[in-house]
Amino acid sequence: MTHPLRGQYAIAGLGLTPMGRAYDSAMGFAVEAVRLALADAGLERRNLDGLMLNPGLAWADAAMGSFALQQALGLTNLGYSLTMNIGGATAAAMVQNAALAIEAGLCTTVACVFSDAPLKPPKPDDDGKKQGGSAAAYGFARGLSAAYGQFGVNALYALVARRHMHRYGTTGDHLGAVAVAERAWANRNPAAQFHDAPLTLADYHRSRWIVEPFHLLDCCLVSNGGAAVIVTSAERARALRQPPVYVWGFGQGHPGGDPLDTLTSGAPLAKRTAFAMADIEVADVDVAEIYDCYTFTVLVTLEDYGFCAKGEGGAFVADAGIGPGGRLPVNTGGGQLSSFYMWGMTPVSEGVIQARGQGAARQAPKHDVVLVSGNGGILSTHSTLVLSPLPS
Amino acid sequence: MTSAAAKPTPEVTDELRPFFAAAREGRLVVQQCRGCGRRRFPPREICSHCLGRQADWVASSGRGTIFSFNVMHQVYHPGFAAEVPYAVVLVELEDGGRMIANLVDCPLERLRIGLPVEVVFEARGPEVSLPQFRPAAA
Repeated sequence: MTHPLRGQYAIAGLGLTPMGRAYDSAMGFAVEAVRLALADAGLERRNLDGLMLNPGLAWADAAMGSFALQQALGLTNLGYSLTMNIGGATAAAMVQNAALAIEAGLCTTVACVFSDAPLKPPKPDDDGKKQGGSAAAYGFARGLSAAYGQFGVNALYALVARRHMHRYGTTGDHLGAVAVAERAWANRNPAAQFHDAPLTLADYHRSRWIVEPFHLLDCCLVSNGGAAVIVTSAERARALRQPPVYVWGFGQGHPGGDPLDTLTSGAPLAKRTAFAMADIEVADVDVAEIYDCYTFTVLVTLEDYGFCAKGEGGAFVADAGIGPGGRLPVNTGGGQLSSFYMWGMTPVSEGVIQARGQGAARQAPKHDVVLVSGNGGILSTHSTLVLSPLPS
Repeated sequence: MTSAAAKPTPEVTDELRPFFAAAREGRLVVQQCRGCGRRRFPPREICSHCLGRQADWVASSGRGTIFSFNVMHQVYHPGFAAEVPYAVVLVELEDGGRMIANLVDCPLERLRIGLPVEVVFEARGPEVSLPQFRPAAA
């Protein structure tokens, strides 16, 4: 029996501001992303009656961030407002909450928004290279972690990756294969920050260590910017400017426990719900937009969705090919590694572009079933979307 | 020659006070849930297994093995500028609990998962002794 929500909601608008070393406030990026998403959909601000915000680091303590954003946008009479944060799983989860809120009759048209501005503008008297990098923004630690010199998320993921290498024989070449494949996609995406920079496996190995086993090119490209999508009913989406991107299925999976023991993300849990709703199997997936805070995250997530057996993610990315012309197109815009890091909005936005068939030089030839994943914490939270240009 | 910047001294919070008090005497202690007996580190208010609130600090042998590790190459704090690259290890204690530390008295090339290690104590400022680990004596 078809799930009652399958294909009933759609993403009707996408807004992406300039990404990377672009400078605005987090609020400024959020407002601009919503403006762009509305224009993309052919909607006006007054058409919005739902607003969700995933506040990035620069929002700091934004417990009522969605209200602050509402005021900045001059929106009145919202029927739904939510500030939400389950890390990199938030963006795809916001789309789910939007669909559920519309289903419940709370609202009809919801903007789901992420923005961040962790990079500071260069000062006039330096070359701009010394400050404002991810080290400054994401290198936080306190207490015992700081005393032992363990700073930032990179170091925590490195511990998990090292265990995976120990248990399954994953290698640096395997991690590098992800970086190289995503760069090849970025080379086909004019909006990607590394559009003009080809990358070989040898280049990857030459890039400096950040925290072993991660080189610089294993780590996502911390970026300033804003991203928004507009979610509405499938019926309404069909009347709007862009081809609707139907949400066939969605799910979440938050496994708890210690990822150092499981070496597994929340994907197996989230997939169960999402694939059942979408009525698909893993073999049906044409394009995968996989959360890629690190090369390692891609490899482990592909395992966890069942594209290969557990532990064989390394061989899968190296042998099957996830780049242009490979067996499975993965992170076709260049991903967080080579295009931009907007937490979960990176895979969501590229999923929308691919489902619409608007990927130009990077368009996957077949894109009837587009898998989008979000991941937060240290493989702690997970969200799944199954998107399609087809209503059913 | 100017003296190098000091490494951060951890704040002796109420939660960690028994841990640091023992460390100053050269003893390693971890938390043990009074309800279910599970050992854990770092300390927590609530046992996630039995939801018990009561816990004791109990002695660990200080021996264990490397469960995982990373090697930090980036300087996030000036106190570590002279140290990079340095290892942060996650030690699985033989009698329960895992803790991060640095590896001392060991070249990075010898570092591997499964390496047997034992605790030593490093003075960090006048008040704090910090447990560290070195390869276990054969």
